[in-house]
Amino acid sequence: MTLLEMRSITKRFHGVTALSDVNLAVQAGEIHAVVGENGAGKSTLMKVLSGVYPHGEFEGAIHFEGSERQFRGITDSEHAGIIIIHQELALVPLLSIAENIFLGNEPSRHGVIDWFAAYAKTKELLRKVGLNERPSTLITDIGVGKQQLVEIAKALSKEVKLLILDEPTASLNETDSDALLALLLDLKAQGISCILISHKLNEISKVADTITVIRDGSTVRSFDCRTDTVSEDQVIQAMVGRQLADRYPKRTPQIGETVFEIADWRVHHPEHADRLVIKGVNLHARRGEIVGIAGLMGAGRTELAMSVFGKSYGRKISGQVKLNGREVDVSTIQKAIAAGLAYVTEDRKGYGLVLDNDIQRNITLANLGGVSSGSVIDDGREYKVANDYRHKLRIRCASVFQQVVNLSGGNQQKVVLAKWLFANPEVLILDEPTRGIDVGAKFEIYTLMAELAAAGKCVVMISSEMPELLGMCDRIYVMNEGRFVGEFDREEASQEKIMRSIVTAGAA
Amino acid sequence: MADPTIPAPVPGAAAAPGPSAAPALPTAAEAAHPYAGFLKNNLREYGMLMSLVVIMGLFQYLTGGTLLEPLNLTNLVLQNSYIVIMALGMLLVIVAGHIDLSVGSVVGFIGALAAVLMVQYDWHFVPATIVCLLGGALIGAAQGWFVAFFRIPSFIVTLAGMLVFKGLSLALLQGQSVGPFPPTFQLLSSGFIPDWLNGETLRTTSLLAGILVAFVLIVAKLRERANQSRHGMESEPYPFFIGKNLVFVAIIVAFSWKLASYKGLPNVLIIMTLLMLFYDFVTTRTTVGRRIYAMGGNEKAARLSGVKTQWLSFYTFVNMGVLAAVAGLVFAARLNTATPKAGTGFELDVIAACFIGGASASGGVGKVLGAVIGAFVMGVMNNGMSILGIGIDYQQVIKGLVLLAAVFVDVYNKSKS
Repeated sequence: MTLLEMRSITKRFHGVTALSDVNLAVQAGEIHAVVGENGAGKSTLMKVLSGVYPHGEFEGAIHFEGSERQFRGITDSEHAGIIIIHQELALVPLLSIAENIFLGNEPSRHGVIDWFAAYAKTKELLRKVGLNERPSTLITDIGVGKQQLVEIAKALSKEVKLLILDEPTASLNETDSDALLALLLDLKAQGISCILISHKLNEISKVADTITVIRDGSTVRSFDCRTDTVSEDQVIQAMVGRQLADRYPKRTPQIGETVFEIADWRVHHPEHADRLVIKGVNLHARRGEIVGIAGLMGAGRTELAMSVFGKSYGRKISGQVKLNGREVDVSTIQKAIAAGLAYVTEDRKGYGLVLDNDIQRNITLANLGGVSSGSVIDDGREYKVANDYRHKLRIRCASVFQQVVNLSGGNQQKVVLAKWLFANPEVLILDEPTRGIDVGAKFEIYTLMAELAAAGKCVVMISSEMPELLGMCDRIYVMNEGRFVGEFDREEASQEKIMRSIVTAGAA
Repeated sequence: MADPTIPAPVPGAAAAPGPSAAPALPTAAEAAHPYAGFLKNNLREYGMLMSLVVIMGLFQYLTGGTLLEPLNLTNLVLQNSYIVIMALGMLLVIVAGHIDLSVGSVVGFIGALAAVLMVQYDWHFVPATIVCLLGGALIGAAQGWFVAFFRIPSFIVTLAGMLVFKGLSLALLQGQSVGPFPPTFQLLSSGFIPDWLNGETLRTTSLLAGILVAFVLIVAKLRERANQSRHGMESEPYPFFIGKNLVFVAIIVAFSWKLASYKGLPNVLIIMTLLMLFYDFVTTRTTVGRRIYAMGGNEKAARLSGVKTQWLSFYTFVNMGVLAAVAGLVFAARLNTATPKAGTGFELDVIAACFIGGASASGGVGKVLGAVIGAFVMGVMNNGMSILGIGIDYQQVIKGLVLLAAVFVDVYNKSKS
């Protein structure tokens, strides 16, 4: 019996198509895995299903338990029995397990909460999910694995029929992951269906009955694991199989001597000091080279880059950074900039730009000394610098006095790049430089990267989009869970190889 | 620190001539009224000044001309000087994304310290002033230390400071009023610049000083404009430039004429003006000023761009402490006595001045001249309503409503655009 059917779902954001004609059918009592690369559209699809994007904001129809549903919000879908558990858990840390489970849904009479009922019911739910904790324990006092179970208990309290889990094991260790997967099988036996979004193919092959692959906003293939034997190779191919068109500028790399080296880099988590986030990374990059760092979200790539750039992430950092063979001090951002490093953040609104300021002020911020004498800013010089970069990077704007908040994503990214180009670094670390920008602007940014490399700079590019890494990089490191688990030259690199080193590292 | 070199001119830019290769197309409305767009973009700045003029005009009318009498104008300056001085520092604190609630208590404490040193210990006013300014810096440093390096919200740190320094000034004065100050110190607030030219009914020196300032202003503005156009920078339309500066010159000359026909320019006006020009320069032209705005706008982005955000926060509090000390001295000299209640509630006027002047409570936005205008808006209302005989009760109600209205208009305009 078909429990859920999503028919020809199409979703557009301001003219950009995120989902195009996606079909998904989930049978009653099955575990249905949805896989795809970052940005393939999995999360968007789940937001359509759970009513985050209400009926009318997308095309297509959702049929659940045999009738068409028009969810206006997440309350509607929960009422129908569809419950989503996001990757970032939605628990209140300083409330107890029982309080969290019944948050917004408290058993009460005339507005007075019946705590006895809540605690009794919580005990029962915790037994169901196999969590041996007291209902009054605070969320902050239990680990992430147990928090995940609390989320599931919360879903069970709402009479769930279809449970959606978004990367549930991403932050769990192996024992917790296995326990969670066992619980899913247990729930299946009780008749609760489940959509599992995951990158970890080894886990999926353990529990999934059906696998649907999404790529570039469309469903490309469905595998039925009950009737066929499905190999990981088949799934990986379906995930990445796409033609590399002429989307990258031609370049003939002229690679010189080693400029930038990181040796045995170790970083601990800023809040949990005993947790090692970067576990001994070695990296080198040569003059004129574009080096890529591939990996999934949460692999530790941003953490690596930021910890190198003036220790702006983490603590108890150890290891060496060398520029041109000499060890350099990068313990503060000022020193890192002075040494010749620049880091272009993945989060341009949060970490890259002062949104209320104009383009000119953003461009000169990292090198105010370059437009001032003494510490007095020369307005004219500053304007000239900003205008030069505006033309060079083709920042589309009315004037450099326009606030950056009003620019498109691609133009904002160019402003961030201009800021760091003006600081005149030797090594440029670009973190997801093309995230959320359109194809045209992407090409311009690729071209700029190629020019920088040709001018003898060293470019390190972190990206979750494998095609762009393959299209731009001379060498690619693959990172997973705080380690480099693979390194490929331009000739030998392929999406399959990269994906394989990630998924096999996860299994090992 | 930032690398002071400018990268070699980029080939693409060298090829692109003139100010703009891809100019924005003006909309039909902008094309029809070339100045409309400019006026719209700068309405806030002119709006502030306009509202002060309107409020002054209103009270000038309501008080039957008393407001702008030379005597009252002089009083207006004297009464508001310490608020204006503190507003300069508070603006930096607010732009940096913080707040300082302790300034009123610091005014009282520094006044008490000055009185104890000069009256009870017979110190000369020069060393006493130096000690008081250092004391202010120390107070600012102590509070800034907690805010900047331990990330304790400034609201809490300075709320604590407010209580501490109020208590300390009580302790220092042992609950008594201490005074009077030596006559040389009193001149800080009650003195006027000497009139070497011996005008009969008009303090000619003061008038000439005003005219000189106006002249310097014109020259500075012309040079700035020349520098801008030399680098191909578009500046405000010529009629606006001329009109705005003529109005400024007229105001300065008329103002000094009025004051000159009473006792001349007060000493404290000179201090205030110098501080104002200094802080306007710091905020608009220097790297330090620029970094404070960037930090208030987005602390993380500023930090990742190499701005030493913690030290910068710290220094804004040190600066605030020094300015509060200056205000404390001015206020003590004006009252000619230090009382335990001095400075109570000043922080509210100072903070209100900044917000009326267009500063944003979330940081990153605000102008020195705006804060000064804001302080005078409050001052004119205080003064005008007192002349009209409106009781202290309704004065507060009206001031509160004006503050709310000013910020409301600001936020409303922003959300609409």
